[in-house]
Amino acid sequence: MKRRTFIQQTTAAGTLIGLGGLTLSSFSSQTAKRITILHTNDVHSHIDPFGPNDGRNANKGGVARRASLVESIRKDNPNTLLLDAGDIFQGTPYFNYYGGELEFKLMSMLKYDLATIGNHDFDNGIDGLYAQLPNANFDFVSANYDFTNTVLDTHVKPYKTFLKDGVKIGVFGLGIELDGLVGKKHYKETVYNYPVEIAQDMSRILKEDEQCDLVICLSHLGYYYKKNPDKISDLILARQTKDIDLIIGGHTHTFLPKPTVEKNSEGKNVLVNQVGCYGLYLGQVDFYLETGKEKKAEGATIIV
Amino acid sequence: MKIKLLFLFAAVLLTTSCKQEHSTTKIEGKRLDINDSLETNPDIEAYIKPYRERVNRDLDSTLAYAAETYTKNDGEYNTAIGNFMADAVLELSNPIFNSRTGNNINIVLLNHGGIRSIISKGNITSRTAYEVMPFDNVVVVTPLKGQQTKDLLSFLASRRRAHPISGLKLSLNPDFSINEALINNTEIDYDKTYYVATSDYLYNGGDSMSFLRSEDGTHYDLEYKIRNLLIDYFKKIDTLQPTIDDRFIQLKDN
Repeated sequence: MKRRTFIQQTTAAGTLIGLGGLTLSSFSSQTAKRITILHTNDVHSHIDPFGPNDGRNANKGGVARRASLVESIRKDNPNTLLLDAGDIFQGTPYFNYYGGELEFKLMSMLKYDLATIGNHDFDNGIDGLYAQLPNANFDFVSANYDFTNTVLDTHVKPYKTFLKDGVKIGVFGLGIELDGLVGKKHYKETVYNYPVEIAQDMSRILKEDEQCDLVICLSHLGYYYKKNPDKISDLILARQTKDIDLIIGGHTHTFLPKPTVEKNSEGKNVLVNQVGCYGLYLGQVDFYLETGKEKKAEGATIIV
Repeated sequence: MKIKLLFLFAAVLLTTSCKQEHSTTKIEGKRLDINDSLETNPDIEAYIKPYRERVNRDLDSTLAYAAETYTKNDGEYNTAIGNFMADAVLELSNPIFNSRTGNNINIVLLNHGGIRSIISKGNITSRTAYEVMPFDNVVVVTPLKGQQTKDLLSFLASRRRAHPISGLKLSLNPDFSINEALINNTEIDYDKTYYVATSDYLYNGGDSMSFLRSEDGTHYDLEYKIRNLLIDYFKKIDTLQPTIDDRFIQLKDN
């Protein structure tokens, strides 16, 4: 009996080694793969472009234009994810008239892959958000809102993984503290958990358990609070966590001309990006990956 | 045992073949402009059209004229747009409150963050009101006792933001302590109850203005949406030309 176990183990080990060689040779082409991440945040129901007479954003924005831009990028690279970092609702009469129906339907037509929840997405109450979910052909993620005792229970997952060209991408969501920002009667029994520990758990689960090649945080925490620097924000989150490649932010309507490169708790690079608001811009981050190659100690080259 | 081994082999094969090693070699990030140089996707456009037509029919009739472009960033402690909003709330809410309770609104307090858009120079329509006040917030009047009044003043002094106010005059010293505070141009009597009009959002805890809520929860919901109030105000006036004034200022060192 003992001997049998021993053979079994050695055979298994032998198989592993053999396969290791096989894997290497069959995937040794080392062709670079490209994963494109497109993102919006705080679109706030801005479906139509700003008019030519607008005092600040004349002729900017517009979902139908964003659609053609996304379409051409997808044509160029089918391995594209389109993400939104929350506050989809509230800001034009479309929301007041239709409660978010058109926003979700259009995002579905643009083939959004995933979104997280912003504080304004509670503006018609958690029931108002729930009522619009059938209009969204994409999922919502939030890891730090506990919806157990609400209508959203089971409808919002902490994270979602995607497989694009053999590259596994894990995306988790984080939401801002609702108390003081959203009326209790709107968010009801939603429980906010402090994002740092949650993000640490998420990146471990996605990196180690799910074996993701890329880990993305879709955050509505806000970029950074200069007057309140201890308040949790994307920059603080980037510094206090590890194994996150990209934090896509929202809430503070921060117009970053290019992603910020921040150092994480291990001294490795994390990209933090946010594209202002109202659909005036689309963020694009391209990850180039190679297979069967030793990780470079110095990390990836970042061009921003 | 053979079957077991085969299974083991298959399992190993499966996991290793699914999991390729990837390493990121390069990351490129950029921002793309959405503007009129891009084509309009005809399917999306056609889908929006009936929704837009319905909304536009309601919104695009001219109500008033804006003399200038007004933004919430055009003043330090008070802004023209904020002053107009707080004054409009006082002017149009007080008759309703007075007819219901016999009392008068003494102060209006809104929040700077609640001004959601600029008002562009030119025609003002109902759409302008939707842009400035997209939320369905309603006017709520709440009685302020002495300590709450003090808390309101210290809140404004500590936040140092141009939260829209009306009926209240507040000047801060260079060190941000309160120099003078007047309600309806008279010395504040902390034994008196003052009535403050605000939004249900702020009354319910928005923007951390917890002093607005009295211990027994007394408040009056005027069931008047602030956006509708602004539309009614635009209908009343011909030209909108609010100004920055001295209702909330900080004295400078000389």
